[in-house]
Amino acid sequence: MNADEKYTPQTWPEGPERATLEGKNKFLGFWFFLGGETVLFASLFATYIALKDKVPSPDHALAKDLFELPLVFVMTMLLLTSSLTSVYAMYHLKNYDFKKMQLWLVITVLLGLGFLGCEIYEFVHYYHAFDHTFTSSAFGSAFYTLTGFHGAHVIFGLAWFIALIVRNAGRGLNLYNAPKFYVASLYWHFIDVVWVFIFTVVYLMGMVG
Amino acid sequence: MSTIAQKRGFASTIWDYLTTVDHKKIAILYLIAGGFFFLLGGIEAMLIRIQLAVPNNDFVSAGFYNELLTMHGTTMIFLAAMPLLLGFMNAIMPLQIGARDVAFPFINALGFWLFFFGGVFLNLSWFLGGAPDAGWTSYASLSLASEGHGIDFYALGLQISGFGTLMGGINFLVTIINMRAPGMTYMRMPLFTWTTFVASALILFAFPPLTASIFMLTFDRMFGANFFNVAAGGNTIIWEHFFWIFGHPEVYILILPAFGIFSEIFATFSRKRLFGYSSMVFATVLIGFLGFMVWAHHMFTVGLGPVANAIFAVATMAIAVPTGIKIFNWLLTIWGGSIKFTVPMIYAVAFIPSFVMGGVTGVMQAAAPADYQYHDSYFIVAHFHYVIVGGVVLALLAGTHFYWPKMFGTMLSEKIGKFTFFFFFVGFHLTFFVQHFLGLMGMPRRVWTFLPGQGLDTGNLVSSVGAAFMAIGVVSLLVNIVITTMKNERVGNDPWGDGRTLEWALPSPAPFYNFKQLPLVRGLDAYWLEKMEGKDTLTPAEPIGDIHMPNPSFVPVVISFGLFVAAFGAMYQVDDKPWAIPVLIIGLAITFGAMLYRSIKDDHGFHIHKEDLMEDDDDNKGVKA
Ligand code: HEM
Ligand SMILES: [Cu+2]
Repeated sequence: MNADEKYTPQTWPEGPERATLEGKNKFLGFWFFLGGETVLFASLFATYIALKDKVPSPDHALAKDLFELPLVFVMTMLLLTSSLTSVYAMYHLKNYDFKKMQLWLVITVLLGLGFLGCEIYEFVHYYHAFDHTFTSSAFGSAFYTLTGFHGAHVIFGLAWFIALIVRNAGRGLNLYNAPKFYVASLYWHFIDVVWVFIFTVVYLMGMVG
Repeated sequence: MSTIAQKRGFASTIWDYLTTVDHKKIAILYLIAGGFFFLLGGIEAMLIRIQLAVPNNDFVSAGFYNELLTMHGTTMIFLAAMPLLLGFMNAIMPLQIGARDVAFPFINALGFWLFFFGGVFLNLSWFLGGAPDAGWTSYASLSLASEGHGIDFYALGLQISGFGTLMGGINFLVTIINMRAPGMTYMRMPLFTWTTFVASALILFAFPPLTASIFMLTFDRMFGANFFNVAAGGNTIIWEHFFWIFGHPEVYILILPAFGIFSEIFATFSRKRLFGYSSMVFATVLIGFLGFMVWAHHMFTVGLGPVANAIFAVATMAIAVPTGIKIFNWLLTIWGGSIKFTVPMIYAVAFIPSFVMGGVTGVMQAAAPADYQYHDSYFIVAHFHYVIVGGVVLALLAGTHFYWPKMFGTMLSEKIGKFTFFFFFVGFHLTFFVQHFLGLMGMPRRVWTFLPGQGLDTGNLVSSVGAAFMAIGVVSLLVNIVITTMKNERVGNDPWGDGRTLEWALPSPAPFYNFKQLPLVRGLDAYWLEKMEGKDTLTPAEPIGDIHMPNPSFVPVVISFGLFVAAFGAMYQVDDKPWAIPVLIIGLAITFGAMLYRSIKDDHGFHIHKEDLMEDDDDNKGVKA
């Protein structure tokens, strides 16, 4: 394979992310990596469930006191939409339309930043209104670790997207960078799926029970 | 184009190894580093046995004994046994499947350097205020109460080296799935490759729970969290669960590759196809699967209740079934074979009864009510040393002799090898057999001394003498290695004469591109098949053409070094040292900066040209580019 080979929409292969052996390896390896990440988050979820509402004294805020659905709803919408826009980007990657792919990736990043802003606001709010911190109780530790790990993944995913967008802005698509874009978008979907579980297990179940 | 310098000075060799992405060189790095930690853990073991040789001994203090015991276990499992196995996997598995390289050469190097820096970090604790002292299991109730920075070294060191192991696992999985030579179907893969595959899958799913719980431990000790702090609503049992959800699969991560090495040795020196190949594969996969469902047998006395204990007891006993299948298959491989008692084969034959004894005590412990007696006594110590030393370490020693020619191109002396075997094997049984009875007589594990006149004196003395025997064995192996290397008598591709699998068709050591032409695999034991047809080379699957190779890179060292630096920052910010947080940030910046560099700098590798390969015909060891 000559990585710098120039393509046209006609010569661009069907599955550009897996057209080379390197791409195939990256694709499969990344799925395995996500398998490991799934177990990591499963462990954090299990810990959260075990330590939910476990506080040292009754004057600490519990899950039902803390969470407000409207904010979490907005966050969920932002992240779900960003997953959709990253799908659009991958659609254009497959069609060898670099400009549109970059555009949708930029939109994805903006939505992700919006999510991150909300999350930071949320944490600050819990701190000021409820004194609910990482160190205040086992519940606090478990809550901030689970949501914080997710937040850190969001930050990493955004940095990754931005690095790819900037790095490749001047040269367009080729079979060397197509797998990179594709794998980054897989990562982004994974982050989204984890959030769906956080939304359910932490926030919805926190409100009702 | 390759930038490797042609001159072979000492400095350039070092630089070569610091930047290598060649799986065969990474294997050697694993062997050196793992071997070093093995010696370190061995010294710790000797100190433990000296302390316990006689009652009321005060050779070491109680506190120092706790550190020795913790570091012995942690070092042996994480920094010796596993890396040494990863070394053999790196050296042999890609050759066995007919691959030119692993799927992710860069990640492979990164995995090694993470393990290395994590291990060094952990061991620096000896010089920086004291080693961890809460056991290799580091139960939270103990580890949160431990003073000083010992446990911090444990948590951060294992975290870093654990990342490395995880990367190694993913790399092997993808390599085996995507990089097999034409005709190398799954059911034609040598058993060592199969066990590497299953062990890698176990690594992938078992390490994340450890990662998660070590994060929690780190947060609790260094950042004020309360996961395990009961006063703030925490729960110390969470650590125990996660540790064993990792810990039990971990013992299979160790033993499965050992089974693989022995399977190769049995078939080779019985000069017979492995008996029951497909049932061996099946048993390997089944063991890997069941390995995840038995963790609570380490927690029978925690008080999970009779229902949980019963379920985990039954699941644990079930594992003995596939293990038994393997034992019988090995016996039937030997049966009727034309056996050659080389050193590796002697180890393999000795392994069977030793390991079976460990399995039997395992099933005894699996009976939950009985385990209330055995638990935390020397009986447990005897059990796990029978499976780990009698299984894993014997496999490592056997594998060292068996694969040495393939890795270094020289044969270890058979005579010294037999000497090593004798002392190690006798010493092993002397050391650990009596420990069963010490345990049954009530000697608790992890206690620094015992009183005279309780019937424990003789047993402990015998045990310590046995340990000295094992030490003699290990030293003689080192002597063997030195002598062999000095003599430097080169051997050909199949020095044992009975090689069955692809690696024995290659020169010893293999050229850096492994296969000039990818081989066509026509069945199990592909090289043996060719030999039976009177050929001594493999059938090529492709014409000679350009070969694509990855570039060497220094970035893996930089990424790992960054985490090493950051760990110091994380640890010392507890003491309000003003420099600690900046160090933490600088370390992380090094790591992420290096990752970013790797991401944005294109690295297309280089090609070895067809013409160079043709010229290379007789002398294909030197690096050409
Ligand atoms: C037939 C298979 C096996 C069975 C049924 C079995 C069963 C058990 C049980 C029930 C315990 C817990 C005892 C206690 O602490 O009270 C135990 C401990 C242990 N086993 Fe096994 N085992 C088996 C094979 C293995 C293998 C193959 C290895 C390693 C290669 C191994 C390594 C260990 C270790 C390291 C411990 C002690 C951990 C500690 O407390 O520090 N076992 N085993
Ligand atoms: Cu176990």
